[in-house]
This record gives sequence, structure tokens and C-alpha cells, in this order.
Amino acid sequence: MKRWRGLLFPLVLIAIAQAAAMATHLQSYTLASPADAAVAGAHALADGSIAVATLQTLANAFGGLALGGGFGLVAGIVLGSSVIADRLMEFSVEALRPVPSVALIPIAMLTFGFGFRMEIAIVSFAAFWPVLILTRNAVAGIDAGLIDVARALRLRPFARTVKIVLPAALPRIFVAFRLAAGIALTVAVTVEVSTNPMGLGYGMILAEQSLHPDLMLAYLVWVGVLGWGLNFAITSAQRRLFRA
Amino acid sequence: MDSQPLIAFDRVSMTLGGTEVLTNIDLRIEAGDFVCVVGPSGCGKTTMLRLLGGLLEPTAGEVRYAGKRIVAPRADIAIMFQDYGRALLPWRTVAGNVSLALEALDVPKEERPGRIAGVLATVGLDGKADKYPSELSGGMQQRLQIARCLAQQPNVLLMDEPFGALDAMTRQTLQDEVLSIVAASGATVFFVTHDLEEAVYLGNRVIGLQPHPGRVAGDVAVNLARPRNQLTTREDPEFARLRRHLFDFIKDPGA
Repeated sequence: MKRWRGLLFPLVLIAIAQAAAMATHLQSYTLASPADAAVAGAHALADGSIAVATLQTLANAFGGLALGGGFGLVAGIVLGSSVIADRLMEFSVEALRPVPSVALIPIAMLTFGFGFRMEIAIVSFAAFWPVLILTRNAVAGIDAGLIDVARALRLRPFARTVKIVLPAALPRIFVAFRLAAGIALTVAVTVEVSTNPMGLGYGMILAEQSLHPDLMLAYLVWVGVLGWGLNFAITSAQRRLFRA
Repeated sequence: MDSQPLIAFDRVSMTLGGTEVLTNIDLRIEAGDFVCVVGPSGCGKTTMLRLLGGLLEPTAGEVRYAGKRIVAPRADIAIMFQDYGRALLPWRTVAGNVSLALEALDVPKEERPGRIAGVLATVGLDGKADKYPSELSGGMQQRLQIARCLAQQPNVLLMDEPFGALDAMTRQTLQDEVLSIVAASGATVFFVTHDLEEAVYLGNRVIGLQPHPGRVAGDVAVNLARPRNQLTTREDPEFARLRRHLFDFIKDPGA
């Protein structure tokens, strides 16, 4: 039972909100009672609209994570392994990194139009940086003793990367991807809320604009549950893989 | 030209981070020598070993192997590091760690298990092939490093204070095993230690270094009978004389 203790606080809040809604006979285009939100959510679950939106959002988030994280991983290994490359790219990295990913929406719109490609492009940009920076630090921080071993045994650069550098940096690279996964989901929903007519973010904005606060709140809770579930899955995988 | 030595330090100087670590080192090592290098910390013992291993390049002069200048690590020179905790891959098993050396040499996959089993038996780690380094004692981890070096089938074995972190009993056992392994393989050994007794016990030649900057202060031949024995060799008056002799000329004048 101890594991469920953390649910007490949100349940009390929901109960209070429900009580308040019932006490005030809530009739609103901006708010809905938890019970109404639950009913709307159950309908959306039953008719498959949430499932479709979830799949679209996850496809965008994971597509962007794979693309941006993949490039970030490779670039991070290069910058972490080579001091020269790191110095060469330092200015470019520090100049580009602070650009907010959502500021790329207009460019992505012009280039790709609505749809998966524009959203994945923006999510990749957002996921690229944390993976790049953390992988670079992880690779640069590998114990000098292991690098000596790689040199003494005369491992070629590719073998050194695959057999020594990546396994040694893997726990920290995993943390980078965990961080980037959260960012990817956030950015994907943001792009959908602001521009892209698909996924959970668009579902939410559609519910809001068609004056269905109950459905909008249901989407909001669902996005929260999804983010929590994603983090839970990655954290347990991390614990199982690295026992740290 | 007369016959060239296997290893030659030719007027080698080394400056690291603005500090002169070694100055004007001249040294010839013949094939089959067991050379021990002793000296106080900061005398450049490890730097000499890293130069010989091709992990460093000298600021001046050159280090040669069989007449050729050493500019990078060579397959016929194996290096055993001081800190086993940082020299073994914790995510690979005992067999996997040995395999790394064979993979680096492009030994065909089907030949690897036999060679791995062979070197593990030589160092007494048969039966531990599937363990991870973290499951082994310090002594066994150093045996594993020896096994990985042997897998390379090197002509020269460089050992950097390999037994410094081990307890006295384990250290003596490993000293005798290294002696018998070396006797069997005929390898030339360059053994760095700060333990004078260890140097005299193992080597047929002991080089004493003095620090600031590191330089060769003495070169002593050790003519104790082989095979050496932890009791009788150490009780030999010649052993005591050599130890005393080395102690006198490498002790830090400032201490």
C-alpha cells in the first residue's frame, strides 16, 4: 500500500474540486468538474480519438528523439573524443543551443508544411542538444586508464569507440536520453498546441475552441499520465540495466 | 656497427606540463633482460615506461625498439598497468577482457577461445572465465591483466608497479608466478616498482633513478641464482648487500 501513498494528495485535490463544482452547480465554458472530465475522457478513449492522437504524438516525440538523439549521440562522441573538434565547434554549439526549438516552427512550416515531418524536425532540434552536451561530457570524462588500455592494445578508432568509449559512457548517455525523452514529449505537444493539427496537443486545443472544457481537461490529464508513464518506463529500464 | 640492443633510450628528455620529468636518459636493454626500475616518487619511472610503451613521445632524444624509433604502442610490447580497477573493462567478463587484446590483433573468432583458455590457465584463472572483474580479488584482477598481456604474445612486458596495491602474501605469490611465466616465455621485462626488495628479488638488473629531474643514478647487476625463492633468495647475503647498496644511492638526499 505504501507505493500508492503518493496518490493521496492528487486524489484529495480532485475530491475538493469535485465538491466545489457540485456545491457551485458549475456551468462553465472554461472549467469542468473532475467527474465531467472523466466522462469526456472515457468517451474519447472509447471512440479511439485519444488513441489515435496519442500514437501521433508519440510517433512525433520518438521520431524526433531518435533522429535528434541519434545525431546528438554521434556528434557528442566526436566532440568528446577530439579536443580539436570540440574547440572548433564550441562557438557554433553555444550560439545555436539557446535557440528555442519552438522558434523554428515558422521555418519548419515553410519547409515541410503541416504534418509529421515538421514536428519531428522541431522535436529533433530540441532533443539534439541535451544528448550532444551530455554525451560529449560523458565521453570526455571517461577514465584515462581505459583510454590508455585502448591505446596500448592499439584498438582502431571505431573499435575503441564501440568497445571502450560507448560502454564506459553508457550510463550517462542513458541519462541524456531520459532527459531528451521528456523534452521531446513536451516539445511535440507544444508544437501541436500552437501549430500542427494532429496529436494530443491539437486534441486539447480543439476541445478548448469548441468549448468543451471537460474534454480539454481529460486530454491534459492524459498528457500528464503519458509523461509520467514514459519517465517511469525509462527509469525502471535504467535501474535494471545499470543498477545504480 | 656492433649488435644493437633490443631497447635503447638515447639521450631521452621529457618535459610534461612545463616540468622536466626525465633528463638525458641513456639506457640499453638486451633481449631477455629482467630490468627493474626503482626510485622515489616523482623520479620518472612511470614516464620511462610510458615512453617505452609508446604512450608518450620524448621531448628530446629517442626511444628505440630493435633499432626502430617508438612512436606509438606496438603489438610486441604489452603494458600492464598499476591500477587494475581502471585497466580492466568492468562490463566484460574475465574471458571478455582477454578477448579484447585478441580482437585488437584481429585474431580470427574461432581461434580466440583456445588462446583465452590457454592464457587463463597460465595465470591460474581457469574456472573464472565467466566472472566479472568486480567479482575477483585484487590479486586475481592483476592476474587477469597479466593474462591480457600474454594474449598479445609480446616480446616485451612493461609492468608499472603491478603489485603495489596488493597484500604481502599475494604479492609474493604473484612475484614468483611472474618469474616463472617470464622464464617460460623468454620475454624481456621492464618492471617499475618503488620496492627495493621486489626489484632485487625479481630482476637481473636494477636501475636506480633520482628525481628532480629524473635521471639514472645507478645500474646494478643482480647475479642471484635462479629460480629465485622467497626464503633462500631473500636470506642470501648478496641480496642484503644489493638492497643496502641500492638504498644508499637512491635515497632522496632531501629526505
